[in-house]
Amino acid sequence: MAKTESSFKNMVISLTLISLIVAAGLGLIYESTKGPIEQSVLNKKIEAIKQVVPEFNNDPYSEMLRVPTGEGDSLDVYPAKMNDNTVGYAVTTYTKNGFSGDISLMVGFKADGSIHNIAVLEQKETPGLGTKMDEPLFKDQFKDKNPAETVIKVKNDGGQIDAITSATISSRAFCEAVQRAYNTLQEGGLK
Amino acid sequence: MNQLKNFTKGFIKENPILVLVLGTCPTLATTSSAINGLGMGIATTFVLIGSNVFVSLLSSLIPDKVRIPAFIVIIASFVTIVDLLMQAYVPSLYETLGIFIPLIVVNCIILGRAEAFASKNNVFSSLIDACGMGLGFTAALGLLGAFRELVGSGSIFGWKFISGDGILVFILAPGAFLALGYLIALVNRIKNHNS
Repeated sequence: MAKTESSFKNMVISLTLISLIVAAGLGLIYESTKGPIEQSVLNKKIEAIKQVVPEFNNDPYSEMLRVPTGEGDSLDVYPAKMNDNTVGYAVTTYTKNGFSGDISLMVGFKADGSIHNIAVLEQKETPGLGTKMDEPLFKDQFKDKNPAETVIKVKNDGGQIDAITSATISSRAFCEAVQRAYNTLQEGGLK
Repeated sequence: MNQLKNFTKGFIKENPILVLVLGTCPTLATTSSAINGLGMGIATTFVLIGSNVFVSLLSSLIPDKVRIPAFIVIIASFVTIVDLLMQAYVPSLYETLGIFIPLIVVNCIILGRAEAFASKNNVFSSLIDACGMGLGFTAALGLLGAFRELVGSGSIFGWKFISGDGILVFILAPGAFLALGYLIALVNRIKNHNS
């Protein structure tokens, strides 16, 4: 087949055609992956809720509350209930003080306000350093601690949390996010 | 014979990372573990195959003066497809590679193969070329990722066999340069030795 000549008409027609075909294909793929993508985001959240609060048998996702933080925004709080008795709350919290970008956590509290477990939803920290916040060595320090009695800060700042080696900024941000979750629960009178 | 050569040249003789040293940005950034490296390699291979086949199919219809924008449109749409598919079906991998997937668009290997090979050869040769180049890229990334994971965190494909940390610098950016440098030196040494 002879090469199409680079005339103005040919250039416009070929680029338009390619763009049109490609756009149609992309639209199709977008439509067909939309469902699964939403589902996987949802699954991740539900999985995180299950991880951080004591056993429950309600649907925390549909009972979500939006509690104001007192700083002008609000956090999502998922109440976990066992036979209509509240056994805990899962709170999605954030911090803007991460080493690189925002960190988003799901902090689970028991009914008495102590921390049950924490899941990391989103972080862009340094691989091998700040990313260790998702490992038990660091995360498990928070277990069973009640922010009302324990200072949720790294030891350098006068708290009781051992910071991750060479990732003090990430550890500090992590503590701040946990504290924010706790404050919000108090603010909303849920504790 | 010729097709076999087309296929195997991507591995050693014209390996995109180790010999041509193209597309180093995603290479250095995503190879902090073996699985990340392989994931990035496979995603790139998919885009490479798609774009090579389409470019060689359409090459006679695309006027020379607008070939680059046309190639980029084709490549960008394949990248978006990979992006959406990964988000939908392998969310955990998508999370670690997330920001680098859109960058495949500007990966030199893909435009390089479209321009240097696919636009001048038939569909079948282009397909073979893309497979070879893609697998060569994947192998290099996997190797680099495995090495960095092994030395940097003492594990391989997530299987940890030392407690505590490895040599942290290999997980970080400087380690990527070091590891890539030594890998290239090693490949050159083997090549020289053989010839």
